Amino acid sequence: MSARIDEEVRVTDVANGASGLDTPSATRPAEAPAAAAPPVDSPAPAVRGVQTLSMAKAINAGLREALLGDDKVLLMGEDIGPLGGVFRVTEGLSAEFGDKRVLDTPLAESGIVGTAIGLAMRGYRPVIEIQFDGFIFPAFDQITTQLSRQTLRHDGTLSMPIVIRVPYGGHIGSIEHHQESPEAYFAHTPGLRVVSPSSPHDAYWMIQEAIASNDPVLFFEPKSRYWPKGPVDLDHSGLPLHASRVVRQGTDVTLVGHGAMVATLLQAADIAAEEGRSVEVVDLRSLSPIDYGPLLDSVNRTGRLVVAQEAYGNVSIGSEIAATVAERAFYSLEAPVLRVSGFDTPFPPAALETEYLPSPDRVLEAVDRSLAY
Amino acid sequence: MPARERDFTAPTVQLLTPEGELRATPEAEAYLPLVEALDDATLQRFYRDMTVSRRLDVAGANLQRQGQLALWVPSLGQEAAQVGSAHAARPQDHIFPSYREHIVGMIRGLDPVRILSLLRGVTLGGWNPEENGNFHLYTLVLASQTLHSTGYAMGLQFDGATATGDPDVDQAVLVYYGDGSTSQGDANEALVFASSYQTPQVFFIQNNQWAISVPVSRQSRSPLSLRGGGFGMPGIRIDGNDVLVSYAVTRRALEEARAGDGPSLIEALTYRMGAHTTADDPTKYRTDAEVEYWQQRDPISRYRTWLGGKGASAAFFDEVDEEASDIAADVRRRALEIAVPTREKMFAHVYSEPHPLMAEQAAWLDAFENSFDGDAE
Repeated sequence: MSARIDEEVRVTDVANGASGLDTPSATRPAEAPAAAAPPVDSPAPAVRGVQTLSMAKAINAGLREALLGDDKVLLMGEDIGPLGGVFRVTEGLSAEFGDKRVLDTPLAESGIVGTAIGLAMRGYRPVIEIQFDGFIFPAFDQITTQLSRQTLRHDGTLSMPIVIRVPYGGHIGSIEHHQESPEAYFAHTPGLRVVSPSSPHDAYWMIQEAIASNDPVLFFEPKSRYWPKGPVDLDHSGLPLHASRVVRQGTDVTLVGHGAMVATLLQAADIAAEEGRSVEVVDLRSLSPIDYGPLLDSVNRTGRLVVAQEAYGNVSIGSEIAATVAERAFYSLEAPVLRVSGFDTPFPPAALETEYLPSPDRVLEAVDRSLAY
Repeated sequence: MPARERDFTAPTVQLLTPEGELRATPEAEAYLPLVEALDDATLQRFYRDMTVSRRLDVAGANLQRQGQLALWVPSLGQEAAQVGSAHAARPQDHIFPSYREHIVGMIRGLDPVRILSLLRGVTLGGWNPEENGNFHLYTLVLASQTLHSTGYAMGLQFDGATATGDPDVDQAVLVYYGDGSTSQGDANEALVFASSYQTPQVFFIQNNQWAISVPVSRQSRSPLSLRGGGFGMPGIRIDGNDVLVSYAVTRRALEEARAGDGPSLIEALTYRMGAHTTADDPTKYRTDAEVEYWQQRDPISRYRTWLGGKGASAAFFDEVDEEASDIAADVRRRALEIAVPTREKMFAHVYSEPHPLMAEQAAWLDAFENSFDGDAE
């Protein structure tokens, strides 16, 4: 696990509104006490400042704010109660809010999502934890044929404010079904929203914004980024949920990715800088819808784009970005849009994962190819 | 080594014999007071609703054959199971249908033309449950609705909207599914969640013997009612062609659910006299003898015999027939007038909140269609 990425860069960019989209979220629950601050009955400070948190703790704090801010918010999942989830993201919440707000459910993913739909029909805002990426598929039917379509079937009279949290991605050396990146399946499905934070700051705010959304949101948490710490501005979100953002400015080539891949791209950009190349990095943050504005602005300046993702490359988020950028920035492009992805094999045994997962070197190989045009 | 005992049986609870005599089976005796408490108007309403359902089936099938509906889903033969159980629910209860419970919706106040709009291909839903007797939308993916109903019932519990001791306020959930659906994972997960959370809920299985062309023996080697016990809730098998027992057993189960006694499961033995849908051909997989057997157990004729014996007049039966014909004719007329939706409907409610792809694509389609305006003539 790596904490090499310079978290300071991103939060500085947030503060500066690097993408020009620094609108504070209008949807976050107001007047909730500070997340990591002491007891509930202490007065909420006007300014809470910046704390250094891991992403896991930041999500925990965001969930806590949501639970405090709206008593219709419920957490549901496997082992999320006294244990606090296998990644401890819900640690302490069951003790604080009780087992009527933090539900250790029976061990059945379709059952969790299906009953959450019924609870949403009753006015609740369930937040589901799927234990690992590869275990979401028993719920695929309920997510794609039911959750995603209830609002349409009801002519807009029924909302489905359900968040499905999914720890995803590789770099943790685990066994089969524990390192996958299934986000494209859901981004392909109308009626769903799909997001993935790359930093503790974004995770803290995006989980609250996802819970406040009246649409179903798949919230993909890059589990290899759960533990590196970074600053979290507890007073300002910086961006709306579905905005993408330039996290490092450069002039020669644009790199775009989401989740844990952003750290890899920033590492690649550091190495490239040592070689005299100026690389811009865009963090997608939202995979459905995709905010193309900052990305197209960047490509219009650099003329070159490399898309990187852990997921299989075939028919992927990267494919969609490549097609869209080719359509909308055709005359700016100096080179074809290149993709760096996981290979189109099942995620391999962990002993091979470093060769499977896009590394800074594989990203730089694509940068070299792009610059060769 | 001796063969292990493999005798799985369950008694079938029945009040009204196929010949139309009120003669309770031993297990049914406890339900007699619930039937004795019904007034004549309610008893006549049962007959009326079953007759309307049967008449509507004829109208629906005709509309489909004439190309006015994409599909019709008949309830022929299942009228007693549906009408009895639907009348057992209170106004505050929530009902999650499968897609064959047209008369249940009508009993809850739903205009059947709303159902026809779904089958005519002009909507993916058709009504707002909150404005139509808490009768939720049809669900076409088998057994998906069982989980939604269980989640809803969990919400009733969390809200304190049940088990307060006031039967006029306490709410429960009634969910319908079929023998084929019992094999789906979701149906089983719903029973797990319902039992685990002790939801105020009744699972009502209409065992109509056939899942399209596959007999119930392929779904289960034991009575489906026995599955209740395996999940930790009472399971009871009833004669689903007996409207009185369908009413009484569902009534009792819902009362127990409202009182906080947890969920239960009812298996109503009935028979799909017609095809699965208008796309089906039952002559390819079942025998005339079987159909004949079930014709002898017809739900409406036995009830008519019993009502007649209790004094219902020939004029009453004639009036009901006429009313049913009028309703069917009215539904047919209005079905033909259902408007085609405008294209914005494709995009309008995919999301609750604004979404850039919906806005872009709706605008593009408008511009594209409008580009032909000059060529229209």
